[in-house]
Amino acid sequence: MVTRPIYLDYQSTTPCDPRVLEAMLPYFTIDFGNPHSRSHFYGWQAEEAVEQARAQVARILNADPKEVIFTSGATESNNLAIKGVAHFYKAHKDHIITCMTEHKCVLDSCRHLEQGGFKVTYLPVRPNGLIDLNKLREAITERTGLVSIMAVNNEIGIIQPLEEIGKICREKGVFFHTDAAQAVGKIPIDVEAMNIDLLSLSSHKIYGPKGVGALYVRRKPRVRLTALINGGGQERGMRSGTLSTPLCVGLGKACEIAGEEMLSEYKRLTALRNRFYSTLQAELEEIYLNGDLEKRIPGNLNISFSHVEGEGLIMGIKEIAVSSGSACTSASLEPSYVLRALGVEEEMAHTSLRIGFGRFTTEEDVDTAAQKIIKEVKRLREMSPLWEMARQGIDLKSIEWAEH
Amino acid sequence: MAYSQKVIDHYENPRNVGSLDPKEENVGTGLVGAPACGDVMKLQIKVNDKGVIEDAKFKTFGCGSAIASSSLVTEWIKGKTLEEAGAIKNTEIAQHLSLPPVKIHCSMLAEDAIRAAIRDYKEKNRAG
Repeated sequence: MVTRPIYLDYQSTTPCDPRVLEAMLPYFTIDFGNPHSRSHFYGWQAEEAVEQARAQVARILNADPKEVIFTSGATESNNLAIKGVAHFYKAHKDHIITCMTEHKCVLDSCRHLEQGGFKVTYLPVRPNGLIDLNKLREAITERTGLVSIMAVNNEIGIIQPLEEIGKICREKGVFFHTDAAQAVGKIPIDVEAMNIDLLSLSSHKIYGPKGVGALYVRRKPRVRLTALINGGGQERGMRSGTLSTPLCVGLGKACEIAGEEMLSEYKRLTALRNRFYSTLQAELEEIYLNGDLEKRIPGNLNISFSHVEGEGLIMGIKEIAVSSGSACTSASLEPSYVLRALGVEEEMAHTSLRIGFGRFTTEEDVDTAAQKIIKEVKRLREMSPLWEMARQGIDLKSIEWAEH
Repeated sequence: MAYSQKVIDHYENPRNVGSLDPKEENVGTGLVGAPACGDVMKLQIKVNDKGVIEDAKFKTFGCGSAIASSSLVTEWIKGKTLEEAGAIKNTEIAQHLSLPPVKIHCSMLAEDAIRAAIRDYKEKNRAG
């Protein structure tokens, strides 16, 4: 039998909760109707299930179900929110504000709009990963139509000050979109209290199935969008195409469970995270946490293990599934742009691991993982010329490296 | 990405990890790569009076392929003359370890490390 590695990559994706899968199953086979069929029982059954799911999604955001539209995932939701608002209001508003540490799908949507003549401001972040609210306020002009700032960062887990951002946007009359793929179900989100106008979420980050997500679009005051996908006018004309009943049901159930268990999970994961991190700190010197510790979801750590290259480290801890801040796994040699935006130096960014804890992580898992990492970091440091030089008191910055 | 069996073997059981005293006359040291690029190799050779490499040691900061490339070349260069060692090509290293295209730079770095160590040895011994 193959033993599976301990899964500590919950920011990448999560397993579908068995309770979610169970709720979905009848809609593949028995209740298979097209939720948009109005003429018969099968359609009505499916529609009822989709509407119940919509209400479940709305509840975790404190929204009205009419304000929730289903999409294929957070990437589509982000594309629709950003391009949709930009195109609808382009006659008067051609400026968008976002931030340098956003997910690629937000940044790439903005780049796409720039090519079409829009102006985009990419706000820098402070060393702890949070944006500077004064810089946001200063960046807003009469031409600004949208501010898009993520709720929780996917690499470093930090929580942006949503309520304050929402307040500024409302004062200035600018729509506020947030990519909440990593936030929903982990921290309380309230679109009313936070003055959020558009919000993207993803099912597979919250123990639901892959291939479905949602976009919250405020009705009062009304936010209008130009659709990306045209067709039969489903989802209030903002996203045509037949909905997948089982996927919508899965997302709804996932939201319901996440909402019910949020508080207890928050406490449990905080304890696990602290246990894991303090074990590492006790055994390893010169390790550094990337991103704020306090304003952070409990299920994420992003740690630089100085003088040990991240990809090499991952190879040595194959019993654990984590991801690296060093992008050497991809064709590019550039380390994470998120860590670089925090001001983490390239050599340190190459030594970082993202460790994600979630619903099915146990105390035994984190203890085992911590011991494996400690052992491997020590082994690789003994093999690292940089560690040896640092021990001898050589300033690595004084050396003229041949960058390649 | 799956690593080849040979890469895994060198990564898990690296040969000749360690350091030689760089101040010794018959030791040549090569330090190549850059921390900002995610890989640094230190390769050292000890050369006897017949011009043959009698010992080699390495330390590497980098991915599994970088560690394997440097471990492999320490094995290869032991017992070789400086000329023979200097003729080792990165393509031979890459082929032996079945490195994928994105990891070819690891083998190039290992080749550079050998040359740098030989150069250092020769410079030291020219003066003396």
